[in-house]
Amino acid sequence: MQVYADNAATTAVSKTALDAMLPMLTDCYGNPSSLHTVGQKAAEKLSAARETFAKYLNAQPAEITFTSGGSEADNQAIVSAGAIGEQKGKKHIISTAFEHHAVLHTLKKMEKRGFEVTLLPPPENGVITVEQVKEAIRPDTCLVTIMFANNEIGTIQPIAEIGALCKEKNILFHTDAVQAAGHLHIDVQAMHIDMLSISAHKFHGPKGVGVLYARKGIFLTNVIEGGSQERGKRAGTENMPGICGAAAAFADACEHMDENAAHMISLRDKLLTGLAQIPHSIINGDLKQRLPGNVNLCFEGIEGESMLLLLDEKGIAASSGSACTSGSLEPSHVLLSIGRPHEVAHGSLRLSLSEYNTEKEIDYILAVMPEIVNYLREMSPVWDELEHGQRKHQI
Amino acid sequence: MALYSDQVMDHFQHPRNVGKMDDADGIGEVGNARCGDIMRMYIKVDKDSQTISDVKFNTFGCGSAIATSSIATEMIKGKPVTEALKLSNKAVVEALGGLPAYKLHCSVLAEEAVKAAVKDYYDKNGIAYGDELKMDCEHCTACDSHQDAGSKA
Repeated sequence: MQVYADNAATTAVSKTALDAMLPMLTDCYGNPSSLHTVGQKAAEKLSAARETFAKYLNAQPAEITFTSGGSEADNQAIVSAGAIGEQKGKKHIISTAFEHHAVLHTLKKMEKRGFEVTLLPPPENGVITVEQVKEAIRPDTCLVTIMFANNEIGTIQPIAEIGALCKEKNILFHTDAVQAAGHLHIDVQAMHIDMLSISAHKFHGPKGVGVLYARKGIFLTNVIEGGSQERGKRAGTENMPGICGAAAAFADACEHMDENAAHMISLRDKLLTGLAQIPHSIINGDLKQRLPGNVNLCFEGIEGESMLLLLDEKGIAASSGSACTSGSLEPSHVLLSIGRPHEVAHGSLRLSLSEYNTEKEIDYILAVMPEIVNYLREMSPVWDELEHGQRKHQI
Repeated sequence: MALYSDQVMDHFQHPRNVGKMDDADGIGEVGNARCGDIMRMYIKVDKDSQTISDVKFNTFGCGSAIATSSIATEMIKGKPVTEALKLSNKAVVEALGGLPAYKLHCSVLAEEAVKAAVKDYYDKNGIAYGDELKMDCEHCTACDSHQDAGSKA
């Protein structure tokens, strides 16, 4: 059986998205900046795509900027907010220790430019509290950037409350909603979100397309200079097949959000409950404030990569920590941030579901996981020491 | 998975000489759980011929850590102890048909695990040895290479 359970890394492009993309490669190949009819047809598609994102986010079309992906959107949001803050002499940014590297590495860059960054440590359940944000706010705070939902442990942050706090304090609020968009309801007005990043390939859209929502009046700093596309804020001929596919996928995801979520939550909870039966395992992240498709556990005495290889051999695609850091053996910064010891964090497994997954697939994963864990534990000198009392169990 | 060569996958999926040895003549353990890999190697030595008559390993780690342990046991089994000491990480990598650059430290661990097991055997039997077997844990760079690989990823 082949089971794709790595949807937080990327998703399969849906038929709906593909159908929207293909004509943009064949019949409607014009450049939206061209004056002629061929170009203007593409321009109409571009406007329609922009309107789709605006509609489902409760934003205005002019507040939507298409980018090359979530990382670019995160970069541009932070750099822009920094530039606005700098003009007012405000150079303090609040974020969290378990953001995606697209945010963390941009914040590092801002530090080199003289900004001070406060990274809030998440509690063990992986949900930042609005009180933590409140306590970190200073008179020179220019930006709060907190992810909507964590990409590894799936925990959903109190975005509306943080948004209300930032509005009250007159501080810009950005959220990296890459894992949330298309899976959770987002209303930028009700949640007082000033800037928000989206990546299309996390909800069955194509790779290479992102969205930066920026509230009207927020002056964006270019990350890419050149032509006047995207109101001059993002140069480069628009990725029309990608943008149209992204819009179709987003509309589809938002229209079917509740039914998809109900299906995924039932599979997720079955998987979490079943895997937690394996002795000396621990679920990472809050059970309720959690993305519908996220399953993340640590298994003591074994290492994640060997678990992934054995799962792959069984036809199951999963991940350990973030896919972006799989080239490294350093355990996930997310798991360390919620207090997992290094030894435990090395044994993490993330299974991320989509609406395409079935109960049969969940049963299959539940059937093969105990034998994989036992096999690796029997080979492990760490497990040997844990079982003989020479090393203390931590979970 | 194209990440690893066929040889690595073969040794990972079908590890040779895996398990504990209760009557080992020498046990060597290298690495640490914090860094994500530990190798423990057990050797049985034939006293008359001074050859390694049996070898077993236990490893906590990634696919390449398990594969390098496995192939290292094959490469020293039946060999004179003095020859086992000459096992280099390079030879381990070659025998596996190569390793990704950021996994090379696994082959270093395999070489060190063999040396540590032999050292333990020498210590227990009052056999003198040279400086090359004196472990320098203070200056171990195994974890540094992890971090280097991480920052590049």
